[in-house]
Amino acid sequence: MMLQIKPILSALRRHKAGAVLIALQTALTLAIVCNALFIIQQRVAHLSAPSGIDEANLLVIENNWASKLSKDDADAQQRADLIALRQLPGVHNAIASNSYPMRGGGWDQFITLTPDQTTAIGDPAVYLGDEHFLDTLGVKLIAGRNFRPDEIHPIANRENVMPPVTIVTKALADKLFPDGSALGKSIYAMSSTPTVIVGIVDVLQTQSLENWQMRNAYQSLIWPMRQVGDAYYILRAEPGQLAAVRQAAVKALYAQNRMRIINDDGVLDYAQIRQQAYDSDHGMAVLMGIICVVLLAITAAGIVGLTSFWVGQRRKQIGVRRALGATKRDILSYFLTENLLIGIAGVMIGACLAIGMNLWMVSHFEMARLSLMYVLAGIVLLLLLGQGAVLAPAVRASRVSPVEATRSV
Amino acid sequence: MFSYYVQLGVRSLKRNPWLTALMVMAIGFGVAASMITYSVFRAVSGNPIPEKSERLFIPQIDSWGPKYNLLGNEPPYALNYVDAMAMMRTHKAKHQTMLYPIGLSALPRGGQSIPFTVEGFTVQSDFFAMFDVPFQYGGAWPTSDDDQRAAVVVISRKLNDKLFGGENSLGREITLSGHNYRVVGITENWNPKPRFFAVWGGSSFGNPSDIYIPISRAMDLRIDTAGNNSCRGRIDYSDWDGWLQSNCVWVTPWVQLDSAAEVAQYRQFLEGYAADQQRAGRYGWAPNVRLRNVMEWLDYMQVVPKESSISLLVALGFFAICLINTIGLLLAKFLRRAGEIGVRRALGASRREIYVQYLIEAGAVGLAGGVLGLLLTALGISGVGLLFQPQIARLAHLDFTLVGLTLLVSIFATMVAALYPTWRAAQVQPAWQLKSN
Repeated sequence: MMLQIKPILSALRRHKAGAVLIALQTALTLAIVCNALFIIQQRVAHLSAPSGIDEANLLVIENNWASKLSKDDADAQQRADLIALRQLPGVHNAIASNSYPMRGGGWDQFITLTPDQTTAIGDPAVYLGDEHFLDTLGVKLIAGRNFRPDEIHPIANRENVMPPVTIVTKALADKLFPDGSALGKSIYAMSSTPTVIVGIVDVLQTQSLENWQMRNAYQSLIWPMRQVGDAYYILRAEPGQLAAVRQAAVKALYAQNRMRIINDDGVLDYAQIRQQAYDSDHGMAVLMGIICVVLLAITAAGIVGLTSFWVGQRRKQIGVRRALGATKRDILSYFLTENLLIGIAGVMIGACLAIGMNLWMVSHFEMARLSLMYVLAGIVLLLLLGQGAVLAPAVRASRVSPVEATRSV
Repeated sequence: MFSYYVQLGVRSLKRNPWLTALMVMAIGFGVAASMITYSVFRAVSGNPIPEKSERLFIPQIDSWGPKYNLLGNEPPYALNYVDAMAMMRTHKAKHQTMLYPIGLSALPRGGQSIPFTVEGFTVQSDFFAMFDVPFQYGGAWPTSDDDQRAAVVVISRKLNDKLFGGENSLGREITLSGHNYRVVGITENWNPKPRFFAVWGGSSFGNPSDIYIPISRAMDLRIDTAGNNSCRGRIDYSDWDGWLQSNCVWVTPWVQLDSAAEVAQYRQFLEGYAADQQRAGRYGWAPNVRLRNVMEWLDYMQVVPKESSISLLVALGFFAICLINTIGLLLAKFLRRAGEIGVRRALGASRREIYVQYLIEAGAVGLAGGVLGLLLTALGISGVGLLFQPQIARLAHLDFTLVGLTLLVSIFATMVAALYPTWRAAQVQPAWQLKSN
């Protein structure tokens, strides 16, 4: 096979244009496919990030009051609502909060270790909740304790009360105190009053899944407060009871008080929340997948087309070679080697293009660096594709009979 | 001659149906991918107010200081209450408005009805003229209503339909979150894309607004922002009034400046204001202001979703590959007919005629690819929701421009791709071909 390389190269010089086109097409395809596969992997990894909560049994209801209530009124109404919700058959527990994981945005607050530190150590998501918060969401407490009922304060709009105690996620605790001594330590949340970490929970995903928050992924903190006024009611149903709870909960709330607003799209289970949160990731992965498949098909088709043309063009030469003693195998391997040479030139250019394209996207779209594994995988994929595409025309070439040598064109 | 070449072209396309189908498919897929992604990109990156985008500016003042500022010592995206009110009173620009998004409840008439949410903005009277808001009935409230903190409201046509069955409801009262407002204007359906004026505080591709009320009135009623609120340093406040005095930013200012002189003057005013604050001890740093017009602001705020740019980029690369593919296939197709070309040349056809004939043939491939591309584009646009949020997906649509563009791009690109193969075809030496035959 190696012996053929020299004549192949000199033959290639005869149809430079076609060879250059195939190499170019291979290069561009490699660049795009590598990056597309990488984007797919990134998005899929994003999609499967755990939330740390009991998604299967959770329901979120956005409750807004029809008119502005005084803090005391809002507090009383909310307590009554929560009692009613917790008494519903099939409801395991219920809370009122300012937000929920994967909501798409919400309250986050800078954290420092001393009151006069100006650069924040973390920018965690802030969840407000009472002593039922952990049980309702199904978050696992791994150190310390839960809030006590006497620690819970109702908080109205634009009130800014610094709670003396807080529960943090393990991710946040590790960020603040890498030596693992977070429990019992004080932190400062844009205030001169300290707040003491009394509990650490395992995993609790943040509200936003955007890049800025992903840098602080899983850094969340829970404050012992009940947000009165407009809030989200989060319900945890007994297993299998979610649909029934969904029906009953809104009805129960309206029975409590009619002057509230619960929009149709304000009642969501986690299948819906997840879908909304990850819609574009899912879509991007599908789109990139489609593009990859179509692109590879088109590239393969192009190689088949051009090689077929070459075979047709060179029937006479092939016949001569056969007449001079070349075996079918020789002819077959000639075309395979030729394609391999063009392919190698293509993937070499393509690897550079792929990396260049990724670097450009890194600087423009906050994307991650392309792993070289993808480039290698892409190279193998495209070389195999080229060999596969060239096979049919090459087999046809090998079947050219030596008699062709005697025919004129 | 033209129609003859077209005939020849069509006949030649039929001669290698497999090769032709390959080309048509490549072009069809390539052009469709580009057009689908372009339609989204066009929708999200367009100029939402082309006649005035050069004259509308968003002033920014550094109220946080270098210690807390955004990357590159960029000042906050919006104003805090104190600065916003100061600028509102100074009224240095001929037209200006302060705004922030709100969400209130409305109660339709009738005892059995339940309240529903309405979204909108608190604005100043100038808002409507500055942003060319179209009206069905009535118009903006007079500037005096801003000063008198009047309980007036401009509502959308959609809300008017819902509350008053679409009749002229000027002068009637509506109740929003327990307070009454007099209707002074009903806008036409209006929702610029992107919603440039509320990029930071609200949402760039949000639902159309239902209501607009005077910001002065909203402050009296302590109506909270439904949008962003961003604070730095220690937050010492404990209630509403404390929050107003804090460094939290949440009010977006807009000014209209009609000439370069006015822009320069306004910039000077901003610098002067910041310097005054520094002298007064409110700011412990030198003036640091920005004055960006609409397109500069959209660019700075990176309004175009990442998905849109990446997919457009990938689609264009995809199209390029399809075209390279087409060049190769056309080359194969044309050169296979070297003999035929040789005969025609020997019989007196000029190079120019060969060019025309083969470019027409390529054009026919392009047209066929374009038609396929059009079908795929229509199909793809209905699937845009897969990738983008519904409010963005809604923006992508197949209109006449896009149909024309699809066909034109596809024909033009194919003919460009055919240039090299055609040149090769025209280079065929008649004598050599005849001899070898």
